[in-house]
This record gives sequence, structure tokens and C-alpha cells, in this order.
Amino acid sequence: MTDTRTPDTAAATAAAPSPAKRSGVRQMMPSMSGKFLTGLVLIGAIVLFAIVGPWITQDPRSSANDPMLPPQPGHWLGTTSLGYDVLAQLAEGARGSLIVGVTAGVVAIVLALLLGVVGGYLRGWTDEVLSLITGIMLVIPGLPLMIVVASYLEVRSLWVVALILGVTAFAGPAVVLRSQARSLRVRDYVSAARVAGEKTPRIILVEVLPNLLPLLASQFLFAIVLAILGEAGLSYLGLGPNGSITWGTMLNEAQGGGALTRGAWWWFVPPGLMIAAFGTGLSLVNFAIDEIINPKLRLAPAAAKSVREARKAGRDKLGRGSSSATSDVSVPAADADGPAPGRPGQKERVDV
Amino acid sequence: MKFYLRRIGFYAVTLWAAISLNFFIPRLLPGDPFTILMAKLQRSGGIPAGTENTIRLLLGAAEDQTLWEQYVTYWGNLFQGNLGVSVTNFPAPVTELIGDALPWTLGLVGTATIISFVLGIGLGALAGWKRGTWVDSLVPSTTMLQSLPYFWVALVLIFGFAVTLQWFPIIGAYDVFTFNGPEWSWAFVGSVLYHAFLPALTIVISSVGGWLLGMRNMMVSTLSEDYVTTAEAKGLRPRRVFTTYAMRNAALPSLAGFGVSLGFVVAGSLVMEQVFTYPGIGKLMITAVRNNDYALMQGVFLVITLAVLAALFLMDLIYGFLDPRTRHHD
Repeated sequence: MTDTRTPDTAAATAAAPSPAKRSGVRQMMPSMSGKFLTGLVLIGAIVLFAIVGPWITQDPRSSANDPMLPPQPGHWLGTTSLGYDVLAQLAEGARGSLIVGVTAGVVAIVLALLLGVVGGYLRGWTDEVLSLITGIMLVIPGLPLMIVVASYLEVRSLWVVALILGVTAFAGPAVVLRSQARSLRVRDYVSAARVAGEKTPRIILVEVLPNLLPLLASQFLFAIVLAILGEAGLSYLGLGPNGSITWGTMLNEAQGGGALTRGAWWWFVPPGLMIAAFGTGLSLVNFAIDEIINPKLRLAPAAAKSVREARKAGRDKLGRGSSSATSDVSVPAADADGPAPGRPGQKERVDV
Repeated sequence: MKFYLRRIGFYAVTLWAAISLNFFIPRLLPGDPFTILMAKLQRSGGIPAGTENTIRLLLGAAEDQTLWEQYVTYWGNLFQGNLGVSVTNFPAPVTELIGDALPWTLGLVGTATIISFVLGIGLGALAGWKRGTWVDSLVPSTTMLQSLPYFWVALVLIFGFAVTLQWFPIIGAYDVFTFNGPEWSWAFVGSVLYHAFLPALTIVISSVGGWLLGMRNMMVSTLSEDYVTTAEAKGLRPRRVFTTYAMRNAALPSLAGFGVSLGFVVAGSLVMEQVFTYPGIGKLMITAVRNNDYALMQGVFLVITLAVLAALFLMDLIYGFLDPRTRHHD
């Protein structure tokens, strides 16, 4: 790919990393793009806040402060109607929400692996039964199911809520992993391992699973986002964990305490923004992983860009020369900002 | 034909599983919902024996019957359209309450979902077409929209437009001070649209990003297919390549996703309806949960599941027709 480019265009597309020379483990790692770094910084900052925050803020359940204070020194995010410090609650809530999110994500992914990968690899009756279970769970709406289950459980700890969220969320990842496992199953190296007499669990763990890792990672991150959003919804309805603080229970209390009508924006805006920021961070990392799974997403825009810039450069130097060259293959003279037409794009892609 | 038979079989099994789940959840989970419910009913007056039996059966407190007998009776009641009686609005049948709430949800969430889909697909196709330009750097920002909890968007919109600016009403589906109930008049329709604006905006804001992103990624993949290159090499106008060659094919997966999301219309905005106090199915379910109205809650859950199943089944059939590859796949 790089060899078809002139040095100028290669330099111009340096921002979009060229993957041709990466191989082995490097290829499995996300490229260090701006998106990926921003995502990591967002996630890192929030995790740090969840770990360190509760130590340096005041007791989130201390009602010694004046109620409904707007943000000010000492209470950087104000106080609630009961005099709780919002920043302290936010830090404690970060801990709760992250615990729920990660636990539910792990539960969902483990179930998805068991049902999706094993089914997709084994085929036959096992697959039929497992994919039927997955299909049913995929179709039964998750949030109403969670609401029904949670409302029968009178005592809900953080872990129980996480478990409910995980169990109701495994179906999506299971479907994705299953279809990928099915396609890996017929690859030559897997057949070779089978012929060589390796046992099925070993083939799944050693041959199939490592190739599912990028997909697994992206599904895991996605499951965490979904779980945190789901927990927020449940908690907002008053069906969240009893006795713990999460971003969702903060929203619930804000609604109950009349934050909306009393104009206390500092009470309900921060928890939502934290959820959004954490979700965005995970999604940005997912973007980078997506570009590994589907190279077209990374190569095609880069190719289109390099073609466009090559054309721009060619026109600057040769003027009519380049337009007569394109008319040879009867491609309409596209303007410099247009998409990559025919031949050059093709050349770029052959190397993919 | 085999494709359709398989799908019909799948939905039949799923239907059975969902209804059975509804039967078993109250029995498997700890707690004594029957006693709670009965205590509540006793306070609000006498209970006819028939009603008590229905509730007893629904919540698994009928000790004189075996589990199998209960299961059979449960199915019998279901076929008669008997989902029990609500405690909150005693003695209104659950089916009646659901019937009143369903049109509100379908109208609001359905319309908003369609608007969001059309908007997202259009913008996503354009973003995919302009791949490799500055537009690419805007794409990740749509994930921010997706990560927003949608009921929080609703809270912020209420705070901004209803409480602070007072442009829109805070709660309800129509002006309850002017109208006694739903009626057919322009004034009423106007009031409904006025009240639906913020809820619909909430749904569009929080779901448009997903459509946009999915469509953009499919568009990028499709545009590097050989037939697109061929079309460009033939000298077709870019507009024609864009609409007929790229967009149509790129939209197929989104269309399938659209079917799924239409299926989840009934279930999709439970919390948002609660925020706006919109008298839809979500509000009904949450009211039921708050009042320990288990019969109503179970009924709503069943209806939501059935609606999802029906919509998905329909979409499956249509999609098998639109994209013949799915019929031969697998």
C-alpha cells in the first residue's frame, strides 16, 4: 500500500496510520489515533476519580451542610436538598456505577462466550439449543424484564443488580461472537488442529478464542456501557441497589427532591454527564478496535483521502495533464473535494 | 419456504418461553407478593372470590393446586384475555388499562423512531460519502449522543425548555385543564403535538447517533465494493452512484435494525415516559411497580413482549423478501 504512494501523500496521510507494516501482535493492538487516546484519557480520569475521589471529598451522606447550595468554593458542585455534597456523592456514585457496569459486563461476556462461541464452534444440536436460548433472550425486552425481576426482589445489593443486568444483556454479544466463531471454525488452521487430534476445549481456547479477542474486547466495553445505562434507568425508577450510591440513584433523588422545579441543575446534570463521558470514552476505544476488526473502515477513508490529495497535488503541478489521464478511463472529472472515483481507489484497495 | 418455517417455529417457541417466563418469575423469586397485594386490596374494600383466585394463581400462591394445574389454568385465563385485575385502579381489568395506554406509546415513540431513523440514515450516508474528509473527525462525536442516558436528556430538556424558558409543558400528553379526555378536534390534536414535542425530541437526540454511525460505516464498506468502482468507471453521475449503488445496499443492515427498533417501540422508552408523566405503557408499568400492582405489571410485561415478537416476526418476513440472501443463508 505504501509503495504505491508518493512520499508527499504518505506524509499527508500520516495522521491516518498506515497499517501495511504492522504485523503480529502490533496488528491486534489499536492504533494510537486521537480517538483512541481521548477515549483512554476519559476512561482513566473517571476510574481515577472513582478510586481517589471518595478519599478526598467529604462523607457523601453527611447532611451537616446547608441544603440546595449552588456550586461554590467548598462545595464545588453544590449540595442537595438534604445537604449532601454533590461532588462527594458523584465520587461515591462513580464507584457504585463502575462496579455495577464492570461486573455486569463480565457476567454478560462470560455467558456470551459460553453460549455463543461454544455453540458456534460445536454446531449441531448443541448450537440449535444454545442459539435458541440466545434468540429468546435477544427478543425479550431487557429493561421491562429487569424491572419485573427487580420489583420482586425487595433487598437488592449492588451485586444482585449487576447480576440481573448481566444476565439480561448477554444475548447481543452472544449473537456477534457466535457468527464469528462459525466463520473461524472452517479456517484451515482450525481444521488442522482438529485433524491433529486436539481436544475440542483446547481448540476453542487456544485456536479460536485468541482470534476473537478484538471482537470480545469491543463487546465487553459495549456491555459495560449498556449496564451502566441500564443501572441508571433502574435506579432512577427506584429499583436500583438499596443503600448504595450510584449515578442512577443520584438522578432518582434529584427527581424526588424537586431539583428540576427548584432549578438545582448542579444536582442532576453532573451524574448524567459522567455517564455520558464514560460511555463516550469506552465508545472511542471501541472505534479503534472496530477499525482492527473491519480494516475497510480504516483503509477506505485513508485511501479516499490520499487519492484526493494526490489529485490535488497533480492538478497543481500538471494542470490539464491529470484531467486528460482520468478521461482515458472515462471517469468524469470529479472536483477535488469529491469522493475517490474508479481507478486510483482500486489500486489502493488491491493491497488490502 | 424452509426459511419461513424456521422463523415461524422460532417465534412460536419464543412466544411459549416468554409466556412461561411470565408465569415462573413470581414463583422463582423470593418474597411474598400475594400477601402484600391482598393486604393492599383489603384496605380498599372487599374482594370478590373470583378476583382473589385469579391473583392467587398469577402470583403462585395457590397451594391447593399442583404447579402443572396452575400452569394449565394460567394458559386458560390467557386465552380468555384475562390478565387479572389492577389494584391501583381497582377493579379495572388489566387489559383495559393497557388498551388505554398503548396508543399513546405507539404514536409518540413510533413517530419519533421513524424521524430518527430517516434523519440518521440520511446524515450517515452523507458522512460515508465524504469519507476521508473533515467529516470523519465529526463522526466520533455522535457516540457522545449515544452514551447519554435518554431519561437524563429528558430531564435536561424539561429543565431548559419547560421549567426555565416555559416554552413547553412539563407533564402529560395533552392539556388536562382544557380537555376532559381524548376527543377528535383540531385543538386537541394541536395540544397532543405540543405536549409530544419534548418527549419526541428526547428520543431523536438519543437514538439518531446510532443510526448515523451504523449507516456511515456500512456506506464506507459499500463504497469500496467492486460494483461501486465499476459504476464510477462507467461514468455514472456521482449522484446516481450515491443513491442507487451505494446507499441502497448500505441501508440494508440499518433497515433490519430499524425493524428491531420498531419492535422495541413499546418497550423502548419506559423511563422517558415516567420523566414526562406521559400516559403510555411505560408510565403504566412504573405505576404498577410503585404500587406493588403485580397483576398489572405482569400484564404490561407480557403485552410488551408480545408486541416485540409480533413486530419482529413481521419484519423478518418483510426482510426475507427484501434481501433474498437472508433466506438462503444458514
